[in-house]
Amino acid sequence: MIQGALAVYYREMALMRRRGFRLLAGMAVSPLLYFVTFGQAVGRTAQMDGVSYAAFLLPGLVAMNSMMQAYSMASEINISRFYFRIFDEFMASPIGPAAYVLGEVMAGVTRGLAASAVIVLMGTLFGVDFQAGPLFWLGAMLNAFFFAGLAVAMAMVVRTHQDQATLTNFVITPMAFLGGTFFPVEKLPGLAAAAVWFLPLTHASRAIRLASQGRPVPYVEWALLAGAGLLCLLLAMRLTRRVQD
Amino acid sequence: MIAAADLRKSYKDQPALRGVSFSVASGELYAYLGPNGAGKTTTIRIMTGLTRPDSGTALVAGRDLLRDPKAKAGVGMVAQTINLDMELTVAENLDIHGRLFGMSRTRRREKAAEWLGRVELSGRADSQVKTLSGGLRRRVMIARALMHEPAALFLDEPTVGLDADIRRQIWALIKDLQASGVAIFLTTHYIEEAEALADRVAFLRDGLITATDTPRNLIEAIGAWAAVDLTGKSPAAFFQERADAMAHAACQAGGVAVRPTSLEDAYLRAMGSGVLEPDACLEAKAGPAATTTSGGAR
Repeated sequence: MIQGALAVYYREMALMRRRGFRLLAGMAVSPLLYFVTFGQAVGRTAQMDGVSYAAFLLPGLVAMNSMMQAYSMASEINISRFYFRIFDEFMASPIGPAAYVLGEVMAGVTRGLAASAVIVLMGTLFGVDFQAGPLFWLGAMLNAFFFAGLAVAMAMVVRTHQDQATLTNFVITPMAFLGGTFFPVEKLPGLAAAAVWFLPLTHASRAIRLASQGRPVPYVEWALLAGAGLLCLLLAMRLTRRVQD
Repeated sequence: MIAAADLRKSYKDQPALRGVSFSVASGELYAYLGPNGAGKTTTIRIMTGLTRPDSGTALVAGRDLLRDPKAKAGVGMVAQTINLDMELTVAENLDIHGRLFGMSRTRRREKAAEWLGRVELSGRADSQVKTLSGGLRRRVMIARALMHEPAALFLDEPTVGLDADIRRQIWALIKDLQASGVAIFLTTHYIEEAEALADRVAFLRDGLITATDTPRNLIEAIGAWAAVDLTGKSPAAFFQERADAMAHAACQAGGVAVRPTSLEDAYLRAMGSGVLEPDACLEAKAGPAATTTSGGAR
């Protein structure tokens, strides 16, 4: 299975290399705008959770950007499935659905980590005070792992590009704004504050933010992210197998 | 080498295949003809492991494709749609295919070079696929499908959309493959393609194979001569004797051509078009021959 997954991963990396600057620029534009608008212009003097707003915002943007980039695998798979039909090349090979999913999820995690690196570089250039140690990267990786698994699963469910866009508009975009990227979720009114704890991004933002401030991250956050990611991976494998029926 | 037995598949209670069986030997080319919606693509998707049938068996080189995923290593497929990575180079596309089929790095390089040579694309290995013409892309797909040395090759309308010259080049390549012992399963809408390449032809209609034989036998089964209404208003009529065809043509109002039958006639007949027996006109009249566009015995 590993050999097959590596073949799928190799293909995605070859495409990433080919797109190079275009891809990196795409990863940087939105977060740069958020960072400049909210972090530098609006929040230059503001404090949040005991740190500058820029230092508060940066880990949120890492979580959001790694989510977006990992989840963008869904569009990539959709294009390869419905437009270029490259998906058939994988399914007609002896690697099996599980290896295919694993390869795509690995590629999604790589994209998520690359997107996180872009934000870290941005924060460093702007002189933001934060720590990007192993736990910070573990948070970004588990977040990307969850959303890459979700992306592959969703790509197996949707039938058209329009379905994919709808799903992104109704699930991913609201999560980006409500999952603790821009403000502490405790500031939301009662029921909403409770509801956002069901969003995986909320836990990822919290874990990455605590790690960026050098504070301990509760084990439950790691367990939730890893467990949810594993569930998505298994779901994606099951749904990919079903595509053949 | 390829064996399918009683393949059945329905999509939401709509039967696509209703018990299809066939076999293709090593070095044989088996053409599978049928109108849109007859079940050609469903058959090829099942035989390449892309779709699971509701029932039936699909074997390639004696291995069960439905129970043993590794059996796919014996299958090569050239899809109807160009399904190459356009942004990647020809060599990268082949390399990824080799990785998917578990080939070592050395073997990938050897086989990619060998097959690019065979399809006359050695000089384009580093070209991005998007820079190639449709005909060259199709050749890359053939090289890719064969670089892991499958025992069976499935070609789903491999020359669709290509001009006549390129089509002939692809035909020559297919004939080479056939001579090298690969079992080839071909679907096509070009009847002349099947006639030129196939050892045996199957006619598929509404999910069932209605006839399977050599092109010659299929043609002979409907008769040696066809009387064809050039206006397309009346169905063609088929006759064993040229004189009967001429007599039939003479009965018609005009614009009826008599010519030797072709595989296309046999196909149209199998799809329910044309008549095997002369109509009442022949019995009622006897007269001089009508328009004749082709003469001479076959």
